[in-house]
Amino acid sequence: MQQANAYIGTPQNRVDGRAKVTGEAKYAAEFDAPDLAYGIVVSGAIAKGRIASIDPSEALAVPGVLQVFTHENRPRTAWFDHKFRDETAPPGSPFRPLYDDKVIYSGQPVALVVAESFELAAHAASLVRVAYETDAHMTDLDLRRSEAYVPPKKRSGVKAPPSPRGDAEGAFAQAPVKVHGEYRVAIEHHNPMEPHASTVVYGEDGSLTIHDKTQGAQNSQSYVSSVFGLSSGQVHVVSPFIGGAFGSGLRPQYQLFLAVMAALELKRSVRVVLTRDQMFTFGYRPLTIQTISLGANPDGTLVSIMHDAIQTTSPFEDYQEVVVNWANLLYHCDNVKLTYKLAQVDTYTPIDMRAPGAAIGVAAIETAMDELAYATGVDPIELRLRNYAEVDEADKKTFTSKELRACYQVGAERFGWAKRNPEPRSMREGRELVGWGMATGVWEAIMQKTAARAVLTRDGKLEVATATTDIGTGTYTILTQIAAETLGLPMAAVTARIGDSSLPKSPVQGGSWTAASSGSAVQKACQSVREQLFKHARQMDDSPLANASIEQVMFADGRIRLMSDPGASVTFAQAMQAGGVDRIEAEEKASPGMLTNMRYSGYSHSAIFAEVRVDEELGIIRVTRIVNAVAAGTILNPKTARSQIIGGVVFGIGMALEEESMLDHDLGRFMNHNLAEYHVPVNADIHHIEVIFVSEHEEKLNPLGIKGVGEIGVVGTAAAIGNAIFHATGKRVREYPITIDKLLG
Amino acid sequence: MNRFSYLRASSVDEAVREAAADPTVRFIAGGTNLIDLMKYNVERPERLIDITRLPLDRIAETDGGGLRIGALVTNDAAAYDPRIKDRYPLLSSAILAGASPQLRNAATTGGNLLQRTRCYYFYDPGTPCNKREPGTGCPAITGRNRIHAILGTSEHCIATHPSDMAVALAALEAMVHVAGPDGERAIPISDFHRLPGDRPEIDTNLRHGEIITAVELPPADFSRHYTYLKLRDRLSYAFALVSVAVALRMEGDAVAEARLALGGVAHKPWRDPEAEALLHGRPATRDRFIAVADHILKDAKGHEDNAFKIDLARRAIVRALSQAAAGTPQSQTDKRIK
Ligand SMILES: Cc1cc2nc3c(=O)[nH]c(=O)nc-3n(C[C@H](O)[C@H](O)[C@H](O)COP(=O)(O)OP(=O)(O)OC[C@H]3O[C@@H](n4cnc5c(N)ncnc54)[C@H](O)[C@@H]3O)c2cc1C
Ligand code: SF4
Repeated sequence: MQQANAYIGTPQNRVDGRAKVTGEAKYAAEFDAPDLAYGIVVSGAIAKGRIASIDPSEALAVPGVLQVFTHENRPRTAWFDHKFRDETAPPGSPFRPLYDDKVIYSGQPVALVVAESFELAAHAASLVRVAYETDAHMTDLDLRRSEAYVPPKKRSGVKAPPSPRGDAEGAFAQAPVKVHGEYRVAIEHHNPMEPHASTVVYGEDGSLTIHDKTQGAQNSQSYVSSVFGLSSGQVHVVSPFIGGAFGSGLRPQYQLFLAVMAALELKRSVRVVLTRDQMFTFGYRPLTIQTISLGANPDGTLVSIMHDAIQTTSPFEDYQEVVVNWANLLYHCDNVKLTYKLAQVDTYTPIDMRAPGAAIGVAAIETAMDELAYATGVDPIELRLRNYAEVDEADKKTFTSKELRACYQVGAERFGWAKRNPEPRSMREGRELVGWGMATGVWEAIMQKTAARAVLTRDGKLEVATATTDIGTGTYTILTQIAAETLGLPMAAVTARIGDSSLPKSPVQGGSWTAASSGSAVQKACQSVREQLFKHARQMDDSPLANASIEQVMFADGRIRLMSDPGASVTFAQAMQAGGVDRIEAEEKASPGMLTNMRYSGYSHSAIFAEVRVDEELGIIRVTRIVNAVAAGTILNPKTARSQIIGGVVFGIGMALEEESMLDHDLGRFMNHNLAEYHVPVNADIHHIEVIFVSEHEEKLNPLGIKGVGEIGVVGTAAAIGNAIFHATGKRVREYPITIDKLLG
Repeated sequence: MNRFSYLRASSVDEAVREAAADPTVRFIAGGTNLIDLMKYNVERPERLIDITRLPLDRIAETDGGGLRIGALVTNDAAAYDPRIKDRYPLLSSAILAGASPQLRNAATTGGNLLQRTRCYYFYDPGTPCNKREPGTGCPAITGRNRIHAILGTSEHCIATHPSDMAVALAALEAMVHVAGPDGERAIPISDFHRLPGDRPEIDTNLRHGEIITAVELPPADFSRHYTYLKLRDRLSYAFALVSVAVALRMEGDAVAEARLALGGVAHKPWRDPEAEALLHGRPATRDRFIAVADHILKDAKGHEDNAFKIDLARRAIVRALSQAAAGTPQSQTDKRIK
C-alpha cells in the first residue's frame, strides 16, 4: 500500500550502528556520576560451608576505602523470598548476596569493597581476609543422577513434557531398527563481551538512576524496588545499550544488588563491574544427561521415541527449560515418552542461555536421527520427510505456519546435498577427510504482552517508546522500520526509545519474542496515531479527504493521500494544525491471541547443512561451510536478521567444537574462567556461512507475522556439525564439544 | 592488585642494581603477562622496574655469523625481521603461531621466555597451587589437567611452559644473555627453564636481580627444512596442546642433522637428543619418524584429561618431521594443517 516508506522486509543498516562504532553508545559501566565510588566484589573460595571469620580491617585501613560490606554489616533488605524473585526466576529461593555466613557455591560474593577509586578498591579487595569452615559439596551430576526428581513446581513459561502417548517402551522393544544413546553438551557460560556492571547514580533526593547490564530495565527496576523497599518512583533504570547477554542478563545479577546496597548506605553513586572470572560465578547453561531411544521400521518410519533428560540445578532453585519436547514438533510417532528431571549440584542456579533447552535437546535428537539414517540406510533428509510432523504431535494442534519442508529443499539445493555419497569416509581432499551433515532446528515463536507509545509532533518527527532493551539484536532498527512504515515517514524522522524502566511496559528481552512483542505494540501505537491524524485531516476545511475512510487513504512521505487520487493529499502538519494540536500521542498494548494459542502451535524452523574437514591423523576439525535455511515468518530486516543467524551459527560452532566450562569437582569450582582458556570461536574457526530465509506466510501469531530470529540460528547447528564429522570420519561422538581427544580417543 | 612503586630504569646497570636490592621487585616489559597476573593477585610485586626504555630493542649480527635479538625486541618485530624470516624461519613461524597481533606487538623477547604457566589453578588464588604458594598442593594432578604436562612432571607440579617462541629457540639452540649483580653470563636455552621437581615455584635458572639482555641465535642452516606445528583447541589464539619445532639439515634424502623440540607437554621446551640421533644419517621415512616419536614419549605420563596428549604428540611429531623433511613447513596464516 505505501511504497514510499515500505521498510518492513527490506535490508536496513542499524540505526544505532554509528553510535556503537564511534563509542557514543554508552554501556552500563561507562556512565559517569559526580563523586562516583567504585565497588569490587570479593569472591568466595569454597563451594559449600560457612564463613568462619571475615576480617576487613586491613582493607578498611587503606586510605580512600569507604566501606567493606560483608554479611556481618550488610544493611537490612526484604525478608521474603518472593521479594527477591524477578520476572524470569525459576521456583525456589533466589540467591541473596551477603545474606548470611553460609557459602552455597564457589565464587559466591562474600564482600564488596567500596573505595574512592577503582584501583584502591581492587587493592583493598585483596586484603579482605576470609576463613572458611567447609562442608562436603557435590558438583558432579553423574553422582547425583540417582537422586533426580521431577520438579514439583513448574517454572512459568516452560512447558513440561507432555504425557506419554502409546507404548513407547513396548514399541521400542519390538522395533526392527533401534538407536539408543546417551548425549551430552558441556556446561557453557554466556560470556558476552560486556561484563555485568551496574552504575548506580544517587540523586540528591535519595532516588536512584541505575545503568544496569540487563535484558530488562523494568525487571531490574522492580527487583531493586522490592528488595530494598523503595517506591517505584525512586528507582529508574536506564540501559540503552547492552554488549551482548545471551540470557545472562535475564535475571538481575549480584552486582546490581551490591551496587544499590552500597549507594543507599553510602548515599553516594557507586559502580560495580564484575571481572571476567566473576562472569563464571552466576548462571550457566546446565549440564544435561540425555538418553534417547528411537525405534523405527526398516524404511525409517518411527515407531517409538523416548527422550529422557536429567539436568543440573542448584540446591536453592528449580531451574527448568524445555529439553525433551522438540521431537513432537518435528516427527510424527504414535509411541512417545518424554521425561525431564532435575538433580541438584552445589553451584549457582543455571540461567537461560540462547535457545535454552532447544540448543541441547535438539542437538541430541538430531544426532540420534542421523544415527537412525545410517541404521536404516535412508538419506537423512528423506528420513526426516518420512517422519514429518504435520501437526504439533503433543496436542495435535495445527501449526500457524511451518515451511520446514521448504527449508530442507532450499537448503539442500544450495548446499549441493544431492552430490553427497552417504558412505562415511568416502570424501577426502589431501590429508583431510571431508564430511557433510545436516540437522533440523526449531524454536518457539513467542509473543508477550507489551505496551508502546508513539508521539508525532508537528515538525514531522515521530518517537516510539517501549521499555524493552536491545541486546545487540537490532531492536532499535526494526522498531524504527515498523514505525516509519506504519505512519508513512522516512526512517530518519523516527526515533526509537527503549531500555528505560519509565517507558511503557515490556517484558525482558529474550526468547526471540521481542520483535513480535514490541514490534506489534509499536505498530498498534502508530496505527492509533494514524487514526487520530486522519480524523484531524478529514475535519480540515475543504479537506480532500472529507469523504474518505481510513482504508481509502495511504500514509506516505508525511502526507495522507487519497488512494484513488494520489494528487489529493493533506500533510501531517496541515492535519495537526487543523486539529489544533502540536503532538499526537498514543499508547497501546499488544497481547498474544489467546484463541490462537489455544488452537495453534507457533514455531520457527530451520535446516542446517555443514561441511567439515578433518585432519584424520591429528583430529583437527575445520567447519568450512554452513548453509542455514530458516523459516521464521516475516523477516523484518534481512540484514540484521542475517546477522542474528550468523551469530547463532557461530554460537553453534562453539557448542559443537569448543565451549566447555570445566568444573573441578574436588573444589566444586569452574576452573577455566578466562577467555584464554574458555574457548569461543575466533575468526580462523569461521569460514563460509550462508543464510537463506525461506519465505513463510504467517498471519496468525501477530499482524506482522513475526516469529523472531534471535535463537533459531543456534538450534541444530551443533548436530549438523557432529553429523558431518561422523560422515567424514565414521566416528560418532555423542558428547559436545567434539574436541581432539574425543575424536582420536 | 596491590600498591606498588614504579621506577623507569635508564640503564641496564641501574635496573640490575635496583632489582638486586629488593626481593619484591619485578621487571616489566610488554606487561602482557605480568599485568594479568597482578590483576589476579598471583604476582604482587611491591616495586616495578620498567625496562622498556633500555637500549635492548635491536637485532644485530654477531661475529660468529648468528643474530643477537635484544630482550626488548617485540615478538612481531622479531617475527617479521627479514634476517630472521630468511635465516631462522622456524623462529618467525613459532612466534606467529602464538597469541594475537595485538599481544605480539606488545610482548617482548625477554618477557616471552619468562611468561608463566597457564595452569588454571596457578591463575586462581582461590585454589591451592604449589607454584603460586609452595606447600599448598597441586590440585591439577587430580583435577582439570587438559592443558598440563606429560613429560618431566613431578608429584608437586604438572604445569607446562606456554611459550611457542621458546620451543623454536630450543630447537635452534639459542643462548640467553643475562646481566646481573655478579656480571654477565650466557645460559644455553636448554638450561634456562627448569623442570618442576620439588621446587615448582621456580620456573627458570635466572637468579634474582638478573635481567635478560638478549637472545643469541647461533649460525644455522635450517631455513629449508623446518616446521612449527602447533595443535590446539581452536584454530588460532589458543595455547598449544602440543607443538613441535623441527629443524633438519638434509643431505639428499638422508637427515644429516635433526633438532626437535616439543611445546605444551612439559615445564620447559622438551628436547631429546637421543631421539634426534635416531635420524642422523638415516633416510627420512615415516617409520623412522615413528621411532623418534616413540623414543621421545617412552616415559610420558598422562593424567585424566590430558592422557590423549601422548598419542597426539606422537602423531604431531611424525607429521612435523614429514613437513620439515619435505620442505613444506606449516603456514601460520593459512590455518589448515598440511
Ligand atoms: C590471551 C593471551 C594469549 C596468549 N597466547 C600465547 C600463545 O599462544 N603463545 C605464546 O607463546 N604466548 C602467548 N601469550 C603470552 C605472551 O606471549 C606473553 O604474555 C608475552 O610474550 C610476555 O612478554 P611481555 O614482554 O609482555 O612480558 P611481561 O608481562 O612484561 O613480563 C613477563 C615476565 O617476564 C619478566 N621480564 C620481562 N622482561 C624481562 C627481562 N628482559 N629480563 C628479566 N625479566 C623480564 C617480568 O618481570 C615478568 O615476570 C598469550 C598471552 C595472552 C594474554
Ligand atoms: S600444576 Fe603446578 S601450577 Fe598447576 S596447580 Fe599444580 S602446582 Fe600449581
